[in-house]
Formats: sequence, structure tokens, C-alpha cells
Amino acid sequence: MHILSSLLFITLTVVGFGFFAINAKKIYRNIKLGQPVDRTDNPQNRWRNMLLVAFGQKKMFARPIPALLHLAIYVAFMITQIELIEIFIDGIFGTHRIFKDSLGGFYTFMISLIEILSLAALFATLVFLSRRNLLKLPRLNMHDLLGWPKKDANLILMMEIILVLCIFTMNGTDEVLFNMGKSHFAGQGSFNFSVSQYLGPAVFGSLSEGALHVLERIGWWGHFIMVLCFLNYLYYSKHLHILLAFPNTYFANLKPLGAFDNLESVTNEVKLMMDPNADPFAAPAPDENAVPAKFGAQDVQDLNWVQLLNAYSCTECGRCTSSCPANITGKKLSPRAIMMKTRDRLEEVGKNIDANKGTFVPDGKTLLNDYITTEELWACTTCNACVEECPIEISPVSIIMDMRRYLVMEQSAAPMELNAMMTNIENNAAPWQYSQMDRLNWKDEN
Amino acid sequence: MSENLVVPTMAEMMAKGEQPEVLFWVGCSGSFDDRAKKITKAFVRILNKANVKFAVLGTEEGCTGDPAKRAGNEFLFQMQAMMNIQVFDGYEVKKIVTACPHCFNTIKNEYPELGGTYEVVHHTEFLKSLLDEGRLTIEGGKFKGKRITFHDPCYLGRANKVYEAPRELIQKLDAELVEMKRSKANGLCCGAGGAQMFKEPEKGNKDVNMERTDDALEVKPNIIAAGCPFCNTMLTDGVKFNHKEGDVQVLDVAELIANAQDL
Repeated sequence: MHILSSLLFITLTVVGFGFFAINAKKIYRNIKLGQPVDRTDNPQNRWRNMLLVAFGQKKMFARPIPALLHLAIYVAFMITQIELIEIFIDGIFGTHRIFKDSLGGFYTFMISLIEILSLAALFATLVFLSRRNLLKLPRLNMHDLLGWPKKDANLILMMEIILVLCIFTMNGTDEVLFNMGKSHFAGQGSFNFSVSQYLGPAVFGSLSEGALHVLERIGWWGHFIMVLCFLNYLYYSKHLHILLAFPNTYFANLKPLGAFDNLESVTNEVKLMMDPNADPFAAPAPDENAVPAKFGAQDVQDLNWVQLLNAYSCTECGRCTSSCPANITGKKLSPRAIMMKTRDRLEEVGKNIDANKGTFVPDGKTLLNDYITTEELWACTTCNACVEECPIEISPVSIIMDMRRYLVMEQSAAPMELNAMMTNIENNAAPWQYSQMDRLNWKDEN
Repeated sequence: MSENLVVPTMAEMMAKGEQPEVLFWVGCSGSFDDRAKKITKAFVRILNKANVKFAVLGTEEGCTGDPAKRAGNEFLFQMQAMMNIQVFDGYEVKKIVTACPHCFNTIKNEYPELGGTYEVVHHTEFLKSLLDEGRLTIEGGKFKGKRITFHDPCYLGRANKVYEAPRELIQKLDAELVEMKRSKANGLCCGAGGAQMFKEPEKGNKDVNMERTDDALEVKPNIIAAGCPFCNTMLTDGVKFNHKEGDVQVLDVAELIANAQDL
């Protein structure tokens, strides 16, 4: 019996982690479809940023109530993973609570802590569910989230509830069994775990020994299987952030928010134009196999890999959108939707590559127009409120800017008034139609 | 008004073999927009009063390229930037002050990579430093006890984290500084940034400047203070739309200080 269950356990583990590894590789490959950008400078600041923002949840606390609730789930999640070590050992070797004897009082403390945190997480989960479904918080009920995103959010909250229920079923029934001297763990008495020592007898006290054993196993296996399901569900869910928030904050932009990058390819051309001694023929002959460089971004492959990592890391919390001046005033732009659409397109490109044995076969679609409309792009004031709000330092503005660049420099598709403004700058060095010679007139005007 | 503004140009300074302490970058708005010109003059009056040796570029100044860049025209931006950098370097400019947060941000953050590195300060930071050095004194004058709320320009605040200098200056006027619900890092855009100043907004329920003006009017101020000529225009429009121009003034921090002392 124990051999069989060990085999089952090992098989499930290998399949579960194997699947996850395959998907993780896919994510890595998709992110690498992006253009190179160097984000390895200043490792000290980057580590600090990651510790404060991802590990320390610093930016979450701009809104304290959801921050505390989120913290409960987050800490419970982290600490519960410790228990997983024991589950693996017990699962493989057919032991029961292998660490209880060797860790003694510390074991009781750890499991008690896990139980208290699980209770807090359960409470937070219920509040989160009601915020989404009963209170209908505006940012969690926008049309960005219609369909899968809404279901995704609710599903994960349900999974969390099941996970917590499994923990308490497992510990509660085992407590009753231990009291009867019938637990798989030798001896008799109480485990003295903070919650289940009371909850166990109260809920499961009247059950027969056989039923208790079955329930205990359901709790244990249920917990383990839920962990595997959760792990593999991540790839299809906004909950990928629990892993990617860490690299995402590490590789975040460290420059002031107002500093937009200067396109290097443009710099070279402008320098050549402005240098009277430049010999345009001295430039190296273009590589015949090189893909012609595009200015700005039309599709996901034109974005850089950090922007693509951003898209996978987005939690769809909508703090960005609820602070976006364009969105607040009813315009089509939603920074959250920019990130979600980027991820959707990236996934589509990834599937295309999988279906075509490793190469992307043009599908007649692009991120621009098919996913993100020009109306959304032109509504942005580049105020960076979305970047400031994002709990994990995602920049929707950088994607919007790169797409505007494509519209203007590749397609000459700026709104008419902006073309007029740019013509004025070209001709008079001012966005309005005034002569540069009149620039100092104010000095003598009354 | 008798105007005795002393506004030397870099060319004049150079001809005399002199170097100013700071270059005052006026910006397109400050040079051509009727409302913004008043801000420019107010700032110059303070500089004259404090005996700051400054100079402007005058006809040698050209758009920083900010609106072109935010509109997506990287070529035009870099052309403008390189030309301006050539002018700066020709005059061996070290320090630049400007009353426009867009010019401030671009020269400070985007020019260095193109070969132009200078010390760039916003005029509120510069005035604050004059105050700290004792070169300028500020008295409340007619603003004593007035309710003033400060609107954070995105490119000064969120983009460059300058929040305190303008507020400290306002407090020096013995005024009551009242904060809007959305302020500092959570401030709401005036609606003009990212080249929006030069185009009609996209369709929505409301214009951004109206939303922002509502934020400001909610705290019942006598004065809405701004530190950006674009914000100034947007909020002035908002106040007019609400028919409040009789009760609420929109003034730049430099105007507040200059007007307080009847400069």
C-alpha cells in the first residue's frame, strides 16, 4: 500500500513539475522574443528595489486595506511552502509528520503559525471575493476584465479556499486521531497546534476512526494536489505574478520616470546628418541578412524583453487604470488593458511559433490595431500615474511611447494637429507658428 | 507698468567676456504664450531683485523637442536636442534654470545621453536656493492668510520627485497651503502633457483639465498655484469654465512671489 502511494506521489510530482517546466521554458522563450535592453547595471539598487517592492510589498501599502489583506495571503503562501518539504518526504518515504520528533517544540510552533496565517488568508480571500463579486469595486469590474480575467481571479480565490480547507481537514482529523492514539504518528495526546487542537475535536470529534483516516488522507492529498494544480495553473493566469514580480522589480527602470529612452538608431542618423564632415558612404555596408530596423513598436517582437516580462507579470489589479487621467475622464485608454493585450498577443505569437516548429509565420495580425487601437495610444498624457501606482513597477507608458513612435516615424500617422505642431518645430523651433527671431520680444512688451 | 527688466543674452555676455551664474531657459511657452510670458517676466523681476547674474539665449533658443518626443517623433526630438546642445556647449553652459517642467525634464534627463550634461533646476528649486542663501527674502504681502493649493505638474513631481520646493515657497508667503485629495505622487495630470497640449483630446465623458480643476475647487482655494505654463493654461480654462475666474486665480509660484512684493 505504502509503495503504491509512494509511486503515485512520485509520479504526480514528476508530471506536475515537468508540465510546469515546459510552460516556464515557453515563457522564457517568449520573453526572449523581445529586443535586447541592458538592465544589469547597478545591481545593488536593483536588489534593494526587489527586496523592498516585491518581497517587502512597499508599493502595495499605498492602499492599506487591500495591502494588509494581500499581505496575509502572501505571507501565508510563503510560510506554508515550508510544510511542503515535509509533505514531500512523507509522500516519498511513506512516513508521517517526519519532522515532529526531530524539531519538537519548533515543529508545533511552525504548524501553529501556518494555521494562524491560513486563517488570516481565508479571511482575506473571502473579503477579496466579496470585493469583486458583491461590493463590485469599480477597478475590479471594468470591461477590461470581462470573460476569462474575471473567472481567473475568482478561480484562484476558490483554489485558495480549498487549499486552506485541506490544511484544516488534515490537521483537524489527525488531531482527533492522535487524541484517540490512532494517528499514523506514534503516541497519543494533542498536537497542540494553535487552531486545529480546538477545531479538530469540534468539527470531526464525532466521526468514526475509519472516516477520520479517510478524511485525513483527503486533506493531505488534497493539499498536495492543489499545490501542483496551482503551480500549473499559474501559466494560464494573472497569478504568474507570484513568481515574476521578483525578476520584474529587479529589472525595472531605475531612471527618473520622466526620462524616456533615446533611440540609438536615431542618434546615429541624426549625428550623421548634423556632422558637416560626415561621409555617408563611409558607413559600413548593411548586412544583407539583417532584418530592416523598425522605428518604434508595431508588434510584440519590437518591444524589449523587459516590456514583455512586464506583460507576463501584470496582476490585472487595475490600480494603474484607476489612476489614469484619460481613463478617469472616460477615454478608451486603460493602462491595464495595454498590458493584458500585450500578453495576449505575445501568447498568440508563442503559439504560432509552437505550431510552426520554432519559427513565427506572419499571421496578418499585429499588436497595433488588432489589439491596441491608435485611439488608446493618443489618449495618453505620459503623466506616469500608472507607473507610480503599479505595485510591481510595470510601465505601460513605455509600450505606449514605442507604439506612438511606430505610428509617427514609420507610418506618418500622427493626428493632424500634432503634425502641424511638429512642422512648426521643424520650421520655427517652436510648436506654434512664431518666428524664432521673435523669441525675446516679451522683454519689451508691456 | 514701468518695465525695467534687465535681460542680458548669452551673446552679449560673451561679447563682454563674462559668464553668467545661470542660463535662464525661457521655453517656447514662456517666450510666445501671452499667459506664460507673464510668468517669465515675474521670474526675471525676482532674478533682477536678487541680483542674480543670469542670461537668456533669446533668438538662439529653440524648442527642447519635448512635445515632438512625447508625440513619438524621435528624429525631430534628437535634431532639436543636438542643436540646443551645440548652443549650450558653444557658450560653455554649466547650469540651467527653467520655469517649464517639460523643458526641465528633457534637458535634465534626456540630453545627457546625447552628449549634453548640465545642472538643471526648476525655477521653484532655484528660488528656494536663493532663499536659503539669503539672497532673496519673501514676505506674504497681499497673500497673507490666503488659501493656496498647489497643483503638482507631472513632469516636475512624479517624473522628477520635486514636491517640496514649490510648497516651501508658498508657505513663506504666510499663506495657508491646502492640499488637494490627489497631490504629490498621486497628483492628477492637467491634461496637457505628452503633447496633448497641441491636439484635441480623445472622446470621453469629460476633459482632464475639468476633472483636475474640480479637485482644486473642492478645497475652496483663493489661488491655485502652478509650476508649469501648460498646467497654468489648463487650469485657467477649467476655472473659467466653472465661472469662477472672479473668485479663484491661477498663478505660477514665481508670480506669487513677485506679486507679493509688488515687483
